[in-house]
Amino acid sequence: MDSIHDLGGKQGYGNVVSDDPDAPKFPGRWQAAVFTMSRVGLRCGAWTNTDTFRHGVERINPVAYLTQGYYGRWLGGIETLLVEAGVVSQREISACAQTLGATESDLVAAQPDRSSQRSSQTPPGKGSQRMLDSSPKYEVSSCVETINHSVPGHTRLPAYARGKTGTVVKHHGGWVFPDTNAHGKGEQPQHLYTVTFQASDLWRDGEKGVQVSLDLFEPYLLHAYSG
Amino acid sequence: MADKHEDHQHAQTHNHQHDTSPQAIRAEALEALLIEKGLLKASEVDDVIVQYEERVGPMNGARVVARAWKDPAFRERLLADGTAAIEEFSFEGGQTEKLVVVANGPNIHHVVVCTLCSCYPWAVLGLPPKWYKDPAYRSRIVREPRKLLGEMGLELPAETNINVWDSSAEVRYMVLPERPEGTEALSEEELALIVTRDAMIGVAHLQHKAMEKR
Repeated sequence: MDSIHDLGGKQGYGNVVSDDPDAPKFPGRWQAAVFTMSRVGLRCGAWTNTDTFRHGVERINPVAYLTQGYYGRWLGGIETLLVEAGVVSQREISACAQTLGATESDLVAAQPDRSSQRSSQTPPGKGSQRMLDSSPKYEVSSCVETINHSVPGHTRLPAYARGKTGTVVKHHGGWVFPDTNAHGKGEQPQHLYTVTFQASDLWRDGEKGVQVSLDLFEPYLLHAYSG
Repeated sequence: MADKHEDHQHAQTHNHQHDTSPQAIRAEALEALLIEKGLLKASEVDDVIVQYEERVGPMNGARVVARAWKDPAFRERLLADGTAAIEEFSFEGGQTEKLVVVANGPNIHHVVVCTLCSCYPWAVLGLPPKWYKDPAYRSRIVREPRKLLGEMGLELPAETNINVWDSSAEVRYMVLPERPEGTEALSEEELALIVTRDAMIGVAHLQHKAMEKR
């Protein structure tokens, strides 16, 4: 999905602000509450796997994504999925929030899709690794090119690595495929590879001596033509 | 819903100033509703706070690094199969299905990111720092790592190659930093105390100040 979450290589975000490693993990109780709420999906069927959860976060309001912090983003994703599953309504959340001091003009991160007809979420298997009958298409040291089109739903090929040529350095066996699993279309496990790209192949101004490695599913890859 | 305000007393957080941002208020509202609907208990939130403040964190990774420094056979096992190697420690909190440990060396420096969200090796490092999850790091580390690491305090010589690992699937990455000079006399427990979270992400080197413990 081409939403704001796909940040690799984007410009304009300025300096990294360091933190105190000994500061509390949850600055306030509300962040811990949001963290805990991420477990609720399985209890009510609103989401039963991490891929659906991640995609919920990806679909929130982009201004909220950039301004409401990490747990603000999670809250947006959680609310999106709970509302789409009919567990809670935005009206009741807003009414409750207003009794706590929220105003009508407050930016709400969640953007539930009213027309969403998500297939019922299947119970998750254990972990994400799966045995595959098919042989891997690529072997270590294969030269591969990534697909060059945008995926409208959930995917784990960042835009900065689309249409680029790299080298397979590792094969990780079969894993649940996020692109289908996030949308209730089944696990459809795929072979997973670590692919290494030279920075100079990713960016015109790529720094010298830099490589970037990504873990990519077989459907993201094509054979690169050498020469 | 009136009871909910008492729930604030249950768990110690260090924030004595009530956060009145829209997201903080909305989170409290959703929490209250989910408790009402029987989908959540306030005590679960308290348990999470305790777990992640006290029991899950980079001290796990530090022990792994210290053992790798002291025990060459363990180091070899760790680099060959990180997942199996950390099972020797029985860490609590979040199973890492597949962990790959990458070793820094004289001419190679590794650094880890998740550009798409915030994937991080929880089992060995606990919860990620705020900057790891925020746009500046996620956007820049894959594009200009040498420059960004320099800004973060880590100047790497031009001859040092940099490998950036973007955690785009379920494999998780941890950096095995180089052992600092002057630590030959330290025990494994003492070595673990000098290993920092930032060195295991790859944004800092370790320096050992003789006789000083963190």
